[in-house]
Amino acid sequence: MVFDLTEEQQMIQDMARTFAQKEVLPKAAELDETGRYPEELVRQMAELGLMGVAVPEEYGGAGMDNICYAIAMEEISRACASTGVILSVNNSLACDPILRFGTEEQKEKYLTPLASGKKLGCFGLTEPGAGSDAGSQKTTAVRNGEHYVVNGTKNFITNAPQADSCVLFAMTDREKKHKGITAFILDMKYEGVTVGKNEKKMGINASATASIILEDVKIPVENRLGQDGDGFKVAMHTLDGGRIGIAAQAVGIARASLEDALAYAKERKQFGQPIANFQAIQWMLADMATEIEAARMLIYRAAWLKDRKARHSKESSMAKLYASETAMRAGVKGIQIHGGYGYIKEYPAERHFRDAKITEIYEGTSEVQRMVIASALLKD
Amino acid sequence: MDFTLTEEQSQIREMVRSLARKEFAPGAAEVDESARFPEENIRKLAELGLMGMLFPAEYGGSETGAVAYSLALSEIASGCASTAVILAVSSMVGETIWRFGNEEQRNRYLPALASATDGIGAFALTEPEAGSDAQAISTTAVRDGDSFVLNGNKVFITNGDRAAVTIVMAVTGKGDRKEISAFLVEGGAKGLTVGKPERKMGLKGSATVSLALEDCRVPDKAMLGSPGEGFRIAMSALDGGRIGIAAQAVGIARAALDSAAAYAKERKQFGQPISEFQAIQFMLADSATEVDASWLLICRAAYRKERGQPFGREASMAKVFATEAGNRACHKAVQILGGYGYIRDYPLERHLRDIKVATIYEGTSEIQRIVVARDLLGRHGA
Repeated sequence: MVFDLTEEQQMIQDMARTFAQKEVLPKAAELDETGRYPEELVRQMAELGLMGVAVPEEYGGAGMDNICYAIAMEEISRACASTGVILSVNNSLACDPILRFGTEEQKEKYLTPLASGKKLGCFGLTEPGAGSDAGSQKTTAVRNGEHYVVNGTKNFITNAPQADSCVLFAMTDREKKHKGITAFILDMKYEGVTVGKNEKKMGINASATASIILEDVKIPVENRLGQDGDGFKVAMHTLDGGRIGIAAQAVGIARASLEDALAYAKERKQFGQPIANFQAIQWMLADMATEIEAARMLIYRAAWLKDRKARHSKESSMAKLYASETAMRAGVKGIQIHGGYGYIKEYPAERHFRDAKITEIYEGTSEVQRMVIASALLKD
Repeated sequence: MDFTLTEEQSQIREMVRSLARKEFAPGAAEVDESARFPEENIRKLAELGLMGMLFPAEYGGSETGAVAYSLALSEIASGCASTAVILAVSSMVGETIWRFGNEEQRNRYLPALASATDGIGAFALTEPEAGSDAQAISTTAVRDGDSFVLNGNKVFITNGDRAAVTIVMAVTGKGDRKEISAFLVEGGAKGLTVGKPERKMGLKGSATVSLALEDCRVPDKAMLGSPGEGFRIAMSALDGGRIGIAAQAVGIARAALDSAAAYAKERKQFGQPISEFQAIQFMLADSATEVDASWLLICRAAYRKERGQPFGREASMAKVFATEAGNRACHKAVQILGGYGYIRDYPLERHLRDIKVATIYEGTSEIQRIVVARDLLGRHGA
């Protein structure tokens, strides 16, 4: 066992941290307030190679490992969780499935621009009636010669308004239920694709969440990702990786809660002394820090397994479950330590709380993670 | 980052796992029930070189490193938690003598601790009025010619009744700053009286005794380290010890989790195995997640210790997290077994009783949080 970061991991941590602190953090409050898409930050992240961290250089990526990806996610999300999720969706949900399941032509045409950050990707799995039960897809894709004709509605799609392409899931054989789902690469410019209006959310306001309406969209067969009926497998493999990214986002948010609360506790005086002197405050800080580091270990383990191409569903779910619930607990404690100021927008504590909440929900709720973990345990 | 075990670590784990399952687990209920020292287990561990994992071969040890030690301890605890704490304390004593002792002390005690033939190691810091506030000890050691005379009372001393050697912390000076020094007191020393074993909630196979020191005279060469170095020695020993207790907790928790999962698959209610119910699945999932996280925190602390990196904060994090998560896991496991969890025919109630002390000894959870908070706030803050 080795618990030191490699030189490369150390390097990306330093680079992402510096960038996040200098460029991202000063904008985070404004981005949250206005819900503006941080186009300039996405461009800068592309220049730094962060849009395709674990994608090989030959396909426009940075050619690093998944621990590097988790490190980058944590650092960016420490500064701004919205920017973090934009990054995560592009890396994990757009690049990774094409890298893993795509043909050489698909990789050249779609992966390279996504990984290099020239284009942005999104992931169309969720539907109004298919949330945790992702297998119950209503969107259909009907083969017609060299095309599939796709109809349906996807919702809660992160990056949808800005995205150039989408890894899309649709039913090609309803009889086969989840084994009748097929994955496609959808060019968002195809005729019949409409993006709905941005949802108004509790947090991660600068990341756009919108529906995608598909009306008789013709997707060429060459854009099918994997074979007919492979879609559910593609989705689950993709989410195994995505959960590592979201877990790292959660740890970044939790760290923001901790670091801000720590600084405040040292400054704030009550009863004649800094509140950091009180054990009630110290305990909260100690628990936040311990849980954050435990969560990070779970994340690195899952990422390490993914790099070794070993099974990591259970480990990714553990990381995502634990990290996201840690972020939520840290968000609550962070506000509490700030007292009334924690509730006021001049301080970032309430934003961290709002941003943390989503990590328990998207890319598989905590409940779905527990189902994944339990089924792995009971299979043993 | 690399989560692969070395060949040696894997081998030790496999060996100890099989030993604990085949030889320790079957007798654990009887050891608990009769509050009997598991002599045969300790002998077996000594034969396999596992009583000296934290010091080098030239002193009879096997110096496997802290990660392998944690693996072994955790496996032993899965079989018999009492056996694990006996080994943990004796190992901590051996390591402390190796690190702070001179050649004569090392040669005199370490081979004996490794073979466990004439007793094991004990560590006497705690006193009736000095628990978490360890610096408040009042046992004194007064120099008299070429010896020290020790007076005072130690309590809650694990292994104290059959110690070949006990590291005793005593006050040697009360100038501007209280001066604490460490002494090696041999079993049967004149003036050392062992009290009767405490009756405990769990860990009944491990004896916990008081030690009365009444004009107990030891030669001045019995001092471990330098005069006034005692508190530092104690804290350093405990940093390592906490990794061991965390590993013990993970071992107990895993045993509880495995039993609960197996039971849930067998037990049918409402016409199906209770493992089909999400309420049960989610308890298992939470326990497994927290146990894995505990384990990773332990390995990180152990790894840092092996490499000579600072690890006090990491050891405290591992201890508070693993022992509290372990308690939750054992509690859930009892719940999953329902009434059977409460009955002594099943091991679950024993696991819950055994693991409770893990949040208390070698530094309560509260002390661990102080260590972590101090680190967060800067060494001089708070």
